[in-house]
Amino acid sequence: MNYHTPSTFEDAARLAGAAGGVTRFLAGGTDVLVQMRAGMVLPDDLIDLKKIPGVHDIVQGADGGWRIGIAVPGAALGAHAALVADWPGVVEGMELVGSTQVQGRATLAGNLCNGSPAADSVPGLVAAGATVEITGPDGTRSAPVEEIPAGPGKTTLAPGELISAILLPPRGKAGGDAYLRFIPRTEMDIAVAGCAVNLRLEGDTIAEARVALGAVAPRIALAPDCAAAIIGTTLDEAALAALDAAARAACSPIDDKRGTVAFRTEVAGVLARRAAAIAYSRAKGE
Amino acid sequence: MSKIHVTTTVNGDEVEFLADPRESLLDCLRDHLGLTGSKEGCGTGDCGACSVTLDGTLVCSCLVLGVEAEGRQVATIEGMAEGNELHPLQRKFLEHAALQCGFCTPGILVAAKALLEKTPDPTETEVRYWLAGNLCRCTGYDKIIRAVLDAAAEMRQEAA
Repeated sequence: MNYHTPSTFEDAARLAGAAGGVTRFLAGGTDVLVQMRAGMVLPDDLIDLKKIPGVHDIVQGADGGWRIGIAVPGAALGAHAALVADWPGVVEGMELVGSTQVQGRATLAGNLCNGSPAADSVPGLVAAGATVEITGPDGTRSAPVEEIPAGPGKTTLAPGELISAILLPPRGKAGGDAYLRFIPRTEMDIAVAGCAVNLRLEGDTIAEARVALGAVAPRIALAPDCAAAIIGTTLDEAALAALDAAARAACSPIDDKRGTVAFRTEVAGVLARRAAAIAYSRAKGE
Repeated sequence: MSKIHVTTTVNGDEVEFLADPRESLLDCLRDHLGLTGSKEGCGTGDCGACSVTLDGTLVCSCLVLGVEAEGRQVATIEGMAEGNELHPLQRKFLEHAALQCGFCTPGILVAAKALLEKTPDPTETEVRYWLAGNLCRCTGYDKIIRAVLDAAAEMRQEAA
């Protein structure tokens, strides 16, 4: 295995584009190293991205948006008070991933590129309207986060392409977001169902909303019917019931020992209600 | 397979070793540097027995490549006691009998030390969540939690 430490994303893309065999990018390594050890993935070329300037930084732009480096671990997101104040739902999703030790390494970009339908940080990013900057052999492009997952373990990134930054939009006034998941225990487990809600208020009325569901379909995805159910409402009981029904209707989960189809579907509706209530109260500054 | 020369700092001392790029930091600590206090339980980041700090951040050394340690600061269980003087956490683990087989103990001590440096006065809940990634199959955890809280109190110079 060749170990590379490029100093630019362009060089990383070039290395990956030129490599003939199995290639992996290394950021936090909490998935890649486990796969290597298990023999599931034996890279011929491992491209460590942590020597690229800026990958450890969280930077707020002049417009209030955020640029998060691809090697920023969960622990650093949680320690960044201004980011937590703007996007608590995004940060709380990432902070649910793994243990304290895993939080010291695991990254948003890695959680996204691992392609798990149950990735805890991804619904929050999707609901937030986050985009990713992608560097490839032909230059740089950007894409909404929801366009990256392509099914369990797969992404839409082309060979040689890699994520070079996570971009969060400006929070603006009267906005709030939240992520909740269900696991059968209190810590250190993988979501059986998850839901992120991001909304913006005008007065007490929801003017805009985005809802994303996790672990209840092959891909983490936006649920436009869920957003439609609460836009224009004050999140009263009728709106919550409509949201619940829309979330259940959007589910097409697997049936396994960790959760049956019926269970995952019902829980997705409950989580949508609760996450919406938290996002709403955060938007009100409560 | 060419090996890579790595220079890093472990417990304050500059060290160097030749690493196969596939080797974990845990393997390098144990096999190249003779620091066998960090244990391999699972090798997949679930059990925490290999916990070390890397530039002050708590990580599983089985989920770090040895070559990634180049130019970094690594702290392991071997750096915890000062000479023959045990760290308060180590002393409290003995007093509270917070270990039986001892395999998880180095990782838990390193993790608990990282917690107390960040949060000198943690609640029981904070200690339990912080240590959720350190598995112990002997003690049932209660004695570990009590030992950490007692050590924290002593380090704050309060009676527990």
